[in-house]
Amino acid sequence: MKQERLQTDVLIIGGGTAGCFAAYTLGQQTDCQILIAEKANIKRSGCLAAGVNAINAYITKGRKPEDYAEYCKKDAKGIVREDLLLSLAERLNHVTAVLEEKGLVILKDENGEYVTRGNRNIKINGENIKPILAKAAQEQPGVQVLNHVNITDYIVRDNRILGAYGFSVNEEKAYEIRAKAVIIATGGAAGLYRPNNPGFSRHKMWYPPFNTGAGYAMGINAGAEMTTFEMRFIALRCKDTIAPTGTIAQGVHAKQMNSRGEIYEDRYGIATCERCYGTTRENQEGRGPCYLKTDEITKEQEMDLYKAYLNMAPSQTLKWLEAGKGPSEQNVEIEGTEPYVVGGHTASGYWIDADRSTTIRGLYAAGDVAGGAPQKYVTGALAEGEIAAESAAVYLQLLQDNKEILPEFPEEGFEDKIFEYEQYFRNPEALLDIEQLEETMQKVMDQYAGGISRNYQFNETELALAEEKIRALFPVLNRLRAEDPDDLLQIYEIRERLTVCLCLIAHLGARKETRWHSFAENADYPETDKDWELYVNSRMEDGKLRIIKRDLVKSSSPLHFFQAADAEGQVSV
Amino acid sequence: MSIAIKTENCIGCGRCTEVCPGNLIRLREGKAYIKRERDCWGCTSCLKECKKGAILFFLGADMGGRGSTLSIREEGALRKWTVTDPSGITQTIETNTQEANQY
Repeated sequence: MKQERLQTDVLIIGGGTAGCFAAYTLGQQTDCQILIAEKANIKRSGCLAAGVNAINAYITKGRKPEDYAEYCKKDAKGIVREDLLLSLAERLNHVTAVLEEKGLVILKDENGEYVTRGNRNIKINGENIKPILAKAAQEQPGVQVLNHVNITDYIVRDNRILGAYGFSVNEEKAYEIRAKAVIIATGGAAGLYRPNNPGFSRHKMWYPPFNTGAGYAMGINAGAEMTTFEMRFIALRCKDTIAPTGTIAQGVHAKQMNSRGEIYEDRYGIATCERCYGTTRENQEGRGPCYLKTDEITKEQEMDLYKAYLNMAPSQTLKWLEAGKGPSEQNVEIEGTEPYVVGGHTASGYWIDADRSTTIRGLYAAGDVAGGAPQKYVTGALAEGEIAAESAAVYLQLLQDNKEILPEFPEEGFEDKIFEYEQYFRNPEALLDIEQLEETMQKVMDQYAGGISRNYQFNETELALAEEKIRALFPVLNRLRAEDPDDLLQIYEIRERLTVCLCLIAHLGARKETRWHSFAENADYPETDKDWELYVNSRMEDGKLRIIKRDLVKSSSPLHFFQAADAEGQVSV
Repeated sequence: MSIAIKTENCIGCGRCTEVCPGNLIRLREGKAYIKRERDCWGCTSCLKECKKGAILFFLGADMGGRGSTLSIREEGALRKWTVTDPSGITQTIETNTQEANQY
């Protein structure tokens, strides 16, 4: 394996929504060197590859950031970080203005005001939003982009970040990247559970199948504290294509209807988890399939829907056209997806402070990988990218002023990491292959940790089995053989997901109540319990995941993990 | 759902291999091919990147696909999305990159 050593001031892992905006911000505000490491190419990588239908997090006229935070808190049944939500909400309109300045098309009325969709949304053409963001990052003089490099591990010493290791997905080459500060922005985790379309279209899922939880796994392995993994996200989507339903529901005001023609959405509540739960229950009780009632829309509205879907989920338009029947003639069937761990929609992810610092000094988290702040969507991820970038800049200044000192770099680590990568090329051909391992992981999670086939429900006995069966896959993983760097990427993507699965299982078992239907439907504890108005956190200690309960944080007392350095230059958590 | 590459149109420029968010498209003897067609997310980034119209998008049968394809042609601010059914009948919808969604 070839090797390359790189050095930078700030390493950004993952050039998606949050990562690109963090790079843009650092480029704008500092003279430091910034390196984005991205496993694909930042032009279309991450959640925004196909586009996005609307800006779903915006403070519309007459509303305040506090209203946004309150909405998120209510939707998540109280388990949110108010401090994070508020600081993010205060920047939503500013980051939207930057996007518009960079070329995002936003719908305006005759007075030049943004046209809103509901209370928190504005209408855009989001097809090219990712190339716009990528360009904004790339044109900053301080920003370098390392495309097609997959990062696998942090370099941490004395709980302080020093860089990361990774490998090229195109050639047999390992990387050691030394950095003074690191921003993790790898997104959430898909592909943990058996998907809606398990066969040919297995990757036609809601969340990008290429977001495999690398950031979570690296954090877990490095002993960073994580929060609220048990609040899984399950999206309610158009059946088969797994295309968004919000565009139809909000755009043409279509209601959820069962096969008997009954509008059922009012029966279960309107929180995100309850919309999904309602559809699940209707199916369970024999009143499926469920639909969005669209058969009263006009042909003109239908054409607008065709265009809207081409700009974000073209498979849905193709499906309508191919069937020869559009939504004006046929109601749109809906279903819940497989569960994901994704901090942009729920509160799962790194336990961070108000500066978006993780519990590892010098490591900041932004976007879907960061916990505590659900419903952040695109603009919330941008806002977090900006905050993380500003905090990293402050930290760099502390280092430059010798107020904090980096420990000695562990020179020997790179050789060990290369040995680990190369082992997969050395392994003899194994009986069990990469595909089988992925299928097994997804089957175990589906059947024992509340997947689609179990109507998202689980109990403690099942979770114990899930843990045992997932653990048993690690030795199989270690014997997998890689023929090329692409195989190596797939092996590490499974390794990451297995690590995330174990953390998720521990969290699902720790919260002994059902606070969120479907998202965490614990059959042993089917009711909400006031005693669980707290965060379930976890941290890997001596190879074991320890569950930590923490009190709710209010916006009036934001968290700060690291005090300014004392006289000896020591910084404490 | 996945993509099909028309080798006769492909000039091996590598734009699609560079942009695919899943690193799924590779070059072999100067032509692009998709390494694991089941792993395509369906984002159509490669179709938009291809200047030769060499890439077609299709739905798997498990998603309701019956053999039609979707192709994209760019003309200034316009994107022309054409669905071609197995008998060759086409239907085109235009979107304008400078116009916002109505929904």
